[in-house]
Amino acid sequence: MRGRVIEILNGIRPEFDFSEDVNFIEARMLDSLDLVNLVEKLEREFSIVIDGLDIVTDNFSSLESILNLLKKNGVK
Amino acid sequence: MNINLIEMFEESVAKNPQKIAVIDKDRSITFSALRQQAMLLAQKIIDTVGCQNKPIAVFLDKSIECVYSDLGILYSGNFYMNLDIYTPTERIGNILKLVEPCFIISSSKQIQSIANVIPAHTNVILLDDETQAVTFDDTVILSRISKMIDTDPSCIINTSGSTGTPKGVVLNHRSFFDFTDWAIDTFKFGDDLVMGSLSPAVFDIYSFELCMIMAKSATLVVLPAHKAMFPAEILNLLEQYKVNFIFWVPTIMVNIANRNLLASFKLESLKTIWFAGEVFPTKQFNYWHHHLPHVTFANLYGPIEITLDCTYYIIDKDIPDEEPLPIGRPCRNTDIIILDSENRAVTKPNIEGELCVRGTSLAMGYYNNPEKTALAFVQNPLNKSYPELIYRTGDMVCYNEEGLIMFKGRKDNIIKHMGYRTDLGEIEHVIINTLKLVKNGCVVYNHANKEITLFYEAEQELSVPDFRKKIGQALPKYMIPAVYHHLDLLQRNTNGKIDRMYYKNMVNG
Repeated sequence: MRGRVIEILNGIRPEFDFSEDVNFIEARMLDSLDLVNLVEKLEREFSIVIDGLDIVTDNFSSLESILNLLKKNGVK
Repeated sequence: MNINLIEMFEESVAKNPQKIAVIDKDRSITFSALRQQAMLLAQKIIDTVGCQNKPIAVFLDKSIECVYSDLGILYSGNFYMNLDIYTPTERIGNILKLVEPCFIISSSKQIQSIANVIPAHTNVILLDDETQAVTFDDTVILSRISKMIDTDPSCIINTSGSTGTPKGVVLNHRSFFDFTDWAIDTFKFGDDLVMGSLSPAVFDIYSFELCMIMAKSATLVVLPAHKAMFPAEILNLLEQYKVNFIFWVPTIMVNIANRNLLASFKLESLKTIWFAGEVFPTKQFNYWHHHLPHVTFANLYGPIEITLDCTYYIIDKDIPDEEPLPIGRPCRNTDIIILDSENRAVTKPNIEGELCVRGTSLAMGYYNNPEKTALAFVQNPLNKSYPELIYRTGDMVCYNEEGLIMFKGRKDNIIKHMGYRTDLGEIEHVIINTLKLVKNGCVVYNHANKEITLFYEAEQELSVPDFRKKIGQALPKYMIPAVYHHLDLLQRNTNGKIDRMYYKNMVNG
């Protein structure tokens, strides 16, 4: 799961390294269009539907927080 | 009689000194304190170099400081030019070189990133610096302004230009009065406006919000820029601050509709929603309309080259998903002329022509750019008797059966991407001529996927990360192509030029 998520992130913004331990939002590595793409790609990849109310800073600011969100949605 | 916007602000402060003018995260400022800060800055500007009717740049995050900087610049008898702190340094440098502002207002933190591109002889004022004025003489300040005229500029707004340097559109006080009066009259805005402000300070939407602060003692709630990515958080803030007016670009509203977020937020305080800058797909608009039946919705249209907007449409009935929203009718005191390819006025429905604007709303021109100004602001071809300008927008439109104006498309290479007006030619120019990354290329826009796409000829294929990194040093993020196609040879026309239509059609199926 971790590897796939990193791949998806790098596909959206190839100029950044998302495997690093950094706050994506504060580092401005993703903009609003990226986030829309990211959510769509994650939903497609893992066959889940992410609740709009879960699209918040805390769930997308790092690789770990994204992985936790996926786990919360039943992805193993 | 209205001459200078700041006169409205003086009245608002006198009426509501203790009212909150700006809320910025956990800080807020009253009208009287805002006036104080603005006056102090004006005094500092006057004491340093008593310039008048000159551009003054502001390089700050959208904040309380940005608001009082803009007001302070107006108090000093000059006009403001807000700059985007997230735009690459080189691009800021190009703007500064062209406009040569008298001052740059910034902070010690922000100034670092542009220190190398500030032209010599530019005065710099850092707001967190100790050498600020500690007193001001408002009688002197106001008396200086009283000698100004309504066609003096109030601000410069920069817009994408095909030569790689943005064009600085000069807007005057009179045109803002004109629009603001129309807005207040038409929408019956009272003194209780609470505006949920998402617009970057470089957009014209923010300039309108500033006018409402000045004209109607409106409260501006700064919605943090990065939160636009997280619409649920923005909607939470709208409820928290009981925002009753929003003027947004449709992109985020489409996102909110697609995620069904209005099912979780009642937004009972919202009374008026304006949107402009892009086409709002009717399906997602209807979602908003159905969820917020108590709100007045208006679609506004207007290029940067006319102050704010020139047409509007209040949606007061159901429009089927498949039908586009009209851009409506001219705002009062604005004349819209649709010109066909022979420069004749179109008056019948369903005949396409270019939308041209006539009247007070027209910008004064592009700052320090007489050639581009002369190309865009031209003599009204329908008037052979005296000098009269129109602005040719490059937007193709037609009347529908009801006489409402419908947007049909662009004449040229300008697109709206994430709400930003972007000249694809500018992206090409930078990639090919400025950065010299490719031998030749063509940038087109895939509307369905919202992807800026580059087709290019080069000795070797460049990696996408490489492209993005290099281009990101010259262009803002929203202008960096998302998709890259390396070709041996670009398709050409019979006249040898790159066949742009071919690639445009290719990506748009």
